[in-house]
Amino acid sequence: MSLNEALEVHPDEEETGPAISPLKGMDVTTSNAVAGQWKLIGQKLIRQRVAMAAGIIVLLLYLIGAFCEFLAPGLPETSRAQYTYAPPQPIELFVTDAEGNRQFLPHVAGYKIEVDPVALRRSFVVDDTKIVPIGLFVHGAAYKLWGVIPTDIHLIGPLKKTDPMYLLGADRLGRDLLSRLIYGTRISMSIGLVGVAISLLLGVALGALSGYYGGWVDTLVQRVIEIISAIPTIPLWLGLAAAIPLTWPPAQVYFIITLIVSLLGWTSLAREVRGRFLSLRDDDFVTAARLDGSTERRIIFRHILPSLTSHILAVVTLAVPTMIVAETSLSFLGIGLKPPVVSWGVLLQDAQNIRTVATAPWLLIWPSLAVVVAVLSFNFFGDGLRDAADPYNT
Amino acid sequence: MNAQNIPPTQQGQDEVILSVAHLSIDFALRTHILHAVRDVSLELRRGRTLCLVGESGSGKSVTARSLLRLVDSPGKIVGGTIMLNIDGKAIDVTALREGSRQMLALRGRRIGLIFQEPMSSLSPVHTIGSQIVEALRLHRPLTKKQARAETIELLRQVEIPDPDKMLDRYTFEFSGGMRQRAMIAMALACNPDILIADEPTTALDVTTQAEILDLIKRLQVSRGMAMLLITHDMGVVAEVADDVCVMRYGRIVERGPVDDIFHNPQHPYTKHLLASTLKLEGAVDATAKPSTVSMEVPPVLSVRNLSKGFGGRGKWFGGKAHAIRAVDDVSLDLYPGENLGIVGESGSGKTTLGRLILRTIEPSSGTITYRDREGHEVDVTALSPAQLRTYHSEVRLIFQDPFASLNPRMTVREIVGDPLIVSGRAQGRELQEKVGELLALVGIDPASMERYPHAFSGGQRQRIGIARAMALDPRVIVADEATSALDVSIRSQILDLMLDLRRRLGLSFLFISHDISVVRYFCDRVAVMHRGKVVEIGDAEQVCLHPQQRYTQTLISAVPNPDPRNKRMLHRLRF
Repeated sequence: MSLNEALEVHPDEEETGPAISPLKGMDVTTSNAVAGQWKLIGQKLIRQRVAMAAGIIVLLLYLIGAFCEFLAPGLPETSRAQYTYAPPQPIELFVTDAEGNRQFLPHVAGYKIEVDPVALRRSFVVDDTKIVPIGLFVHGAAYKLWGVIPTDIHLIGPLKKTDPMYLLGADRLGRDLLSRLIYGTRISMSIGLVGVAISLLLGVALGALSGYYGGWVDTLVQRVIEIISAIPTIPLWLGLAAAIPLTWPPAQVYFIITLIVSLLGWTSLAREVRGRFLSLRDDDFVTAARLDGSTERRIIFRHILPSLTSHILAVVTLAVPTMIVAETSLSFLGIGLKPPVVSWGVLLQDAQNIRTVATAPWLLIWPSLAVVVAVLSFNFFGDGLRDAADPYNT
Repeated sequence: MNAQNIPPTQQGQDEVILSVAHLSIDFALRTHILHAVRDVSLELRRGRTLCLVGESGSGKSVTARSLLRLVDSPGKIVGGTIMLNIDGKAIDVTALREGSRQMLALRGRRIGLIFQEPMSSLSPVHTIGSQIVEALRLHRPLTKKQARAETIELLRQVEIPDPDKMLDRYTFEFSGGMRQRAMIAMALACNPDILIADEPTTALDVTTQAEILDLIKRLQVSRGMAMLLITHDMGVVAEVADDVCVMRYGRIVERGPVDDIFHNPQHPYTKHLLASTLKLEGAVDATAKPSTVSMEVPPVLSVRNLSKGFGGRGKWFGGKAHAIRAVDDVSLDLYPGENLGIVGESGSGKTTLGRLILRTIEPSSGTITYRDREGHEVDVTALSPAQLRTYHSEVRLIFQDPFASLNPRMTVREIVGDPLIVSGRAQGRELQEKVGELLALVGIDPASMERYPHAFSGGQRQRIGIARAMALDPRVIVADEATSALDVSIRSQILDLMLDLRRRLGLSFLFISHDISVVRYFCDRVAVMHRGKVVEIGDAEQVCLHPQQRYTQTLISAVPNPDPRNKRMLHRLRF
């Protein structure tokens, strides 16, 4: 029998662990022995390409929101009646002069007006012969960054202040869609964040109470959640939003809208937290902490909540897009934010009738694209975060 | 295995039906490639049982699953062949595509598989019968009626009572042992040539284990199948194996007929494995078990008429009915410096008893009296939450699962130091030193206290759990199945550690276990529990060797004996 002979090939050297071959560039010995949960979650998250890409997009959107005054070529409310529904201008980098020499000069083409001989409708066409030179870090309309620092530097803009530059086109009043979209990012993205923050507070507090104490507390909280989720959201929003007095300043309306959106959004978060609390409450290490003499408070804050934070973060990330969509729908229906506040929903309001969409499709395309990109990025990132949230169960 | 070792009478049926040659399986992980199986060669012969034995992580299950091409991603067969020799035809299983028609034809038809976990290996939404009928009709051209008749016959063969009625029951209506029988019936449905049993009895109680092993062995012999049995338990190996392969870190380190492995082992690892098993069979030597246990002094803990009922919802119109009495009128005494073992099968109420003593579950009736350091008697059942805290610092618990009992998000220093911080006994530098001492006490390098639990193996984690229990200078330790999640070689180390701690710190242990050999090794006295009642209590040696009660006799006789020359299970008693 040759089987035993095969054994002889391997001398009886004492093996101390499973056989492994390190992959190139990876050091197995400097393992994660002293790595805390966030490091492990980070490592797990980084391996998910889609989630990481989505996370970067989310980050970019927030950066755009934070620096919108600087990034926008103009102010969102500057209207120029002579450029109503001006189409988007492409950026070109070279000009060719009369002698045929190509020269580097970033520019957009100007506009000329054409009159339809039949309908006598005026429309703008891009006129390649007119050149509007543009540049980076140009002096444009004066603004205060974050309402504090007075400056007039814009990332991109026409060199001559009065020249028209509508990279994404103009709206009904000749306002620059790009600038408005960038300003809208600030409102739309922050409304998601602020709304979620309120939801988080309510959801974690009530969910934790419900899950940890159980009994009648649990029953009460759960029934309240069920009642809230049973109410049809759109009519409720409509009702609540209609109750906002028209005379209120935009900032106050903004605050109330966030509150309305988040008062309905905390339920799923509370359920998630309750579920986690229920399962953790009977985990061995929590029992151990109880037997160590820990007070209820210490058990919750030292043992249970740290085990939950990553899960909560994932749920929160998944809740932000709901808020964004809620705000957009409210504003689109005309009961949310109102001009002069600019949000993606307010922008979409301009694209409500088919004629506008036919003459100026960019008014529909760009704001909805912004919403879709933001919502998808949040969802992909949140999914990835949820998968990475528990690095210990494999 | 050498040809001369096989008795001449068996040579006729000694045909090799499966041969694995130089099989290697790799798992590509993030930072490294794990060679789970390395150059493994083995042969399965008709009518014989090959046991693949090894500790967790040795690659035994992966090897078995690879025969059916059931290796989960990222595992991949990277070398070697698996040749199936049936009806004069040789098929190379490694060459078949996973999920191909030929592969599907082999699974279940030629090779049957029994899983470890009878709770999850049967579908909960189909009846037992329909699952077996499905297995039958996949491979054999039977009508529904024929298949049903065949299924009844199969269930009868695996000794399920009233098979014609049981067939229409659902999985949840079956006990663990019954499910495993149904699983066996399913594996045997198409009369396979090879039966693979992957730890078929690990999840079962010892008496059920004996019956299932007995059944598998009889069916295998009567049908002339080849069997590959995967186990970590040397006792099971001795009871059923003809040939044995010992695996470690993906390699077969030793192979041979069962008698040679047990009575003439060559490889140091096999010797070590056997020594760990046999050590638990014998009692501890006199040095470790001091005779200072005196029943003259008053007991440190006494339990009187303790009962706990579950599921007893108050009825609508008065009265209270207890659905189950998990602990029924139990009285025990634990003397200072004594190890008292509580033995029983699952559902006997032993864990509930431990939790009642710690009052993490409130007793329905009865008293628990604890005698504190000053000799004052404390009525545990009447303690206020604040007093309970003091009690819990002196009566500590060691958990079963070394993975779940340590908070994965805290460093070892934080885990072991937590009880010290909570009780305000140490802070800052002093805490650091105290934790270092505790870790050194349980044999963990204090320098590793900044690490997280995931950096430690199961045995090391259990040591950390013990260090946490020791942090508050306890007097009584309730160890709830403290060693049952550990491999046998680690198990004896942990037991020795606890014995050493008892000697040095003057502790008393209440040791709850289902494993009779462990209890006999560790305990001075043993209480046997059955259906919530203590049926027998007495000296460990006496209870384990000469039990008086019928139930205890049954239990003891069902424990596999790690000696193939003295198969205990064949002469076991039935209750």
